[in-house]
Formats: sequence, structure tokens, C-alpha cells
Amino acid sequence: MRRFALIAVPYLWLLVLFLVPFIIVLKISLSDIALAIPPYTPTLDLSAGWEGLRAFFAALDLENFWFLTTDDLYWKAYLSSLQIAALSTLLALLVGYPIAYGMAQAPDEWRPTLMMLVILPFWTSFLIRVYSWMGILSKEGFLNQFLLWTGLVSEPLEILNTNTAVYIGIVYTYLPFMILPIYAALEKLDSALLEAAEDLGCSRITAFWLITVPLSKSGIIAGCFLVFIPALGEFVIPALLGGSDTLMIGKVLWEEFFSNRDWPVASAVAVILLMILIVPIILFQRNEQKQREAEGP
Amino acid sequence: MSDTVFTPWDDPGQEPLIQFKNVTKRFGDFTAIDNLTQDIYAKEFFALLGPSGCGKTTMMRMLGGFETPTEGQILIAGQDMSNVPPNKRAVNMMFQSYALFPHLSIFENIAFGLKREGKSKPEIEERVSEMLRLTRLEKFARRKPHQISGGQRQRVALARSLAKAPKLLLLDEPLGALDKKLRQDTQFELMDIQEKTGTTFVIVTHDQEEAMTVASRVAVMDEGRIVQVATPADIYEKPNSVYVADFIGDVNIIEGHATRAGDGYDITFALGAPKLHAKTSTDLGPEGKCALAIRPEKVSISAKKPAKAVNAVEGEIIDIAYLGNISTYHVQLAGGQMVKGQAANTQRLERRQFTWEDRVWLSWTDTAAVVLEG
Repeated sequence: MRRFALIAVPYLWLLVLFLVPFIIVLKISLSDIALAIPPYTPTLDLSAGWEGLRAFFAALDLENFWFLTTDDLYWKAYLSSLQIAALSTLLALLVGYPIAYGMAQAPDEWRPTLMMLVILPFWTSFLIRVYSWMGILSKEGFLNQFLLWTGLVSEPLEILNTNTAVYIGIVYTYLPFMILPIYAALEKLDSALLEAAEDLGCSRITAFWLITVPLSKSGIIAGCFLVFIPALGEFVIPALLGGSDTLMIGKVLWEEFFSNRDWPVASAVAVILLMILIVPIILFQRNEQKQREAEGP
Repeated sequence: MSDTVFTPWDDPGQEPLIQFKNVTKRFGDFTAIDNLTQDIYAKEFFALLGPSGCGKTTMMRMLGGFETPTEGQILIAGQDMSNVPPNKRAVNMMFQSYALFPHLSIFENIAFGLKREGKSKPEIEERVSEMLRLTRLEKFARRKPHQISGGQRQRVALARSLAKAPKLLLLDEPLGALDKKLRQDTQFELMDIQEKTGTTFVIVTHDQEEAMTVASRVAVMDEGRIVQVATPADIYEKPNSVYVADFIGDVNIIEGHATRAGDGYDITFALGAPKLHAKTSTDLGPEGKCALAIRPEKVSISAKKPAKAVNAVEGEIIDIAYLGNISTYHVQLAGGQMVKGQAANTQRLERRQFTWEDRVWLSWTDTAAVVLEG
């Protein structure tokens, strides 16, 4: 009984905060647009009884999903989002791994401070931080002023409102999610293993590739998913830093909802996005499971 | 060959494999190794013994190349090692924690060093199976380190460090994580393997019993210095200082004043107590302060004063430690000095001769005690 109660808490959480909203979104995606409040039909009318319920289900169809295939905007947006998310994840890994490695190598007394520095940006609103990047990257921004001052460029660089700015924004925002799991994996690494590898004839670099990287694999995979999944559906960063040609599904979703007020199509976009995300989430959980089995008790 | 005793350190013609020449190692203000000079010969099983913090691990890590001496030189086979990194030394180490690679199988762990040498696949396979046979691990080749027991892991670590056939194998507290029974079995296994492979072993341990069992020579260390280097028997029977006598095994230390008498010294240690006599070739100098070290098993215990004993003192039994086969009696002499004597329990416990508060005589011969500078 106690065990049941304990398991019930997370399941109830998932049910109320994930499954129920998802069913609502799924239902809207199967509905038709209407000039009404709410802006779709049908709506469930329980007073009509059994007949009403039947009519309600009869009115649901897959029309909106069909519509998504007719306009190439949608699949291009999905593809472009996947590309931006994947490349950002790779960049975050390239930047995050050395930082995590440095943190794990740092003297014990420094580690809490370094950890704090990684987490510190979370204390400021995400929006403010993205806005401040606009100040840095814009034509008259700090970065261009600095580059002009050093003489590296003779004309200000066009960074803001390009995909480059989106990459910078995503890598900046999600970097801690990459650093922390990798750091956790590297911190556990026994330095005697590296000494043993050296003792058996490895140079330091080979020892890094043969020992450190494989043993931090779980952290790398966790970090990549933690960056990739939110980056895929990102809306704020491409909206603020990206240009008009930056195509991301989060932006498309927003426009369907708020500019077109086409809730059913927007919901269909969201449902497909979720389907795309479920694949990496399942892979992620498989990896965790395998890791637990491999590490043993 | 089988008749000759293995004592290369007594043969001036022998070239030592390892030479420490005035080696000093400092960590900041702390001197871990203090101007140490020591030779170790090929095929030796050399034990570094001492309490934690005495510098024994530092000495081993310098041999492995993980630390560099602050001053002085380390030579292996006549070659100066100061600028040779660990991966370029014909030295392998068995780590205290074993340091097995958790993501590799037992086979891959043992093959790791051979692969780095760029050996061909059949060569590697042959050598690894040879190592698996030597350490009796054939059945576990495909397992991962976490799937085998502590004793097996220890053997994998040994096999891995021996796979490259190093000139010198370093063992850092190799048996520390094993329980006592397994440790004793493994000690003999280690000696067996050392003999079979003809590798020079240097072992670091704080367990004196282990050092005595496996080693050809034991170096007792204290505060970055080697206090005495000798065979286990000599370390036990002829300690050169109170520190060594006290560190190895159980011992009675009686401090007193020595005056020359015949072929040894007469020692007075308390007012009114009888003089003790010990034969020795040691010269104490004019000062005459000394310490007598007597092993409890060389002290006999009797109810009446033995007629012919050179040294006999009377006292009262304060404590009895019953160890099964033997009992140790803690006897307090008139001046308050405690002396331990041992007697074999040849009779059943209920018929034991002595009990608490009995007055007894302790006696030992004139060669039983070692005279040391006090």
C-alpha cells in the first residue's frame, strides 16, 4: 500500500501535468477552425447525452495533419529546427566538454565556486539574458564596437537577426545543461585509471581518448539530449535573435496560434513536434537504462 | 642454483637494477623522501614497509614515473630516469585500487598495454591467454570488472601489469582490500608468480606480516628515511634500532644503563633490580645509555627462580592474553617495568599453571636480547 502511494505521486504528476494537457491538445488538433470562443469545433456538450458524444467524435478528423503535408513551410521548418538543434548541441558539446573537464580537474576548494558560476545565469530572467545578447550582437553593439576598435574588421558584422545569432543564443542558454552532466561523470573518474593507462604505455592524449571519453559517455549523451530536446522546440531565441529567414518550428507554432488564431493547425504542429521529440527521449532513457546495467550494483 | 642462497646485495660484483642516489622529494614544505640512497637488485622481492606517511608510496611513485625527485637521481638498469615519462618505462605498476578499466572486459584490460605496443592480434591473444592461465582467470575473460569478486579483480590487476613483461613490477598495497584468509593465499601466489616470471617486484605495504612473508629484503621506513634494510629474519632478530624492533612484531623494550662486561654488557635498568647481561658485538660508546629489545617468545616464565638462567627477574602477572596456541603474560616488575613473556598452551585451559596476580619469574639467555642505542 505504502509502495503504491509512493509510485502514485509521480504517476499522478504525469497524468495531471502531461497526459491531460496532451489529450486536450490532441483533441484540438483533430478539430476544425471556427470563428467562436474557443476558436474551434466541436466542443464537448455532455448535456446532449450519448448522441452528443457520438456527434462529437464523428466531427473529429485528421484534416489538419493532412494540411501540414500540403504546405512545404511545415516540413522545412521541422527539418531546419532539427538541423539548428543538432548543430547547436554539437557546438554546446565542443564548448561544454572542456569547461566540465577543467572544473573536474580544478582543486577541490574551487569546485563549488566554479559550479556556482555555471548556475549563476539562471538567477536572471531568461528573457533579459536573451535581450542583452541583442545589445551585444547588434550592428552598434559591444561586439562590433570592440572588433572595430581592434581593427579586426573595417565594417560592422551582420550577426543579429541571422542564424549565427540563434546558434550563439542557444549554445549560451543551454550550456549549463551540457556542462553539469559531463562534469558529474568526469568528477567520478578515478585518476588512478589515467595513471594506469599511462603506466601501460599510453600518452596523455591517448589516455584521454581511451579512458576519459568512454567513461564520460553517459554524461555526454545526457548533456546532448538535455540541450537538443529544448532547442528543437525553441521559440524565444529564434524570435528575438533570428532573422526573418530563420525557420524554426517553435516560431511557426507561435504564429499559427497567435497571428492566425488557427488553434487546430497549431495543435497539429505541436503534436508532430512531440512525436519527433519522443524518439530522442526514448533513446535517452534506453541509454540511462543501459548505463545502470553496465555499471552494476 | 637451488643450493645457493639468493643474496645479490652481498655480492659487490652484482650490478643493481634500481639505484636511488641521494633522492629527496618535497611537496611544498613537507619532505616526503629525505636524501635516500638505496640499491635494489634484479629478481628481488623488495618490500617497503612503514606507517602511513613514511614516504614508501612516494618512493614507489617515483619509480613508476608519477613523481619526479626534487633532488638526486633514480637509475633503472643504469639509465637515468629523470626525464622518462611513465609510458616510456619498462616498469609496470599494480595500483592499490587495482584501477581496472570499468568499460573494458577482463581480456581487454589485460590486452590494453600490449595493444599500445602495437603487437599483432594473434600475439596479443596468445600473451593474454598466457596471463589468464597464470592467474587462473580463463573463465572470466569476457566479464567486466564489476562482475567478478575482489580477489579476482586483484588477479586481473596483477595479470594486466605483468602482461608487458616489465623489468620491474611495482605493487602498491596490493592485498589491502582482501580479507585475511584470501590475503595469505594470495601472498604465496604472488611469490610463486614472481619466481616463475623472474620479474623484480617492489611492494609497498604497511602490513609487517605481509612484508615478512613475501619479501627477500625488507626496508623499514620512517619519515622519509630507510631505517634498516635486511632480510626478514635479520629485521626480526637483529633490528638496528628501537624503532625497527618496535615496528616489527611484539617486543619488550627495557631502557637502562650499560657497562662493559666480558663479551657484552651488564645493564642496570631500575634501582634494586638485578643486573641483566647481554652478549653483543655492538659498541655503545662512552655514553652507555641503552635499550634492550627482547621478543616475548624468548622470555620463559616459571614459578620458581630458574637455577641456571643468566637473566631472571621477578614480577606479578597483570594481564594474560590468550591466543589459543600461546598465551602472552604481561608481568610487572618491582620497579613498574612491564615485561611480556610467552608460553605455549601445552595443557588445557583449566589446568593452566599461572593466573592473575601470581608472582612469577621471567628468564632469558644472554643472547636473547638485542642491545640497542637508547
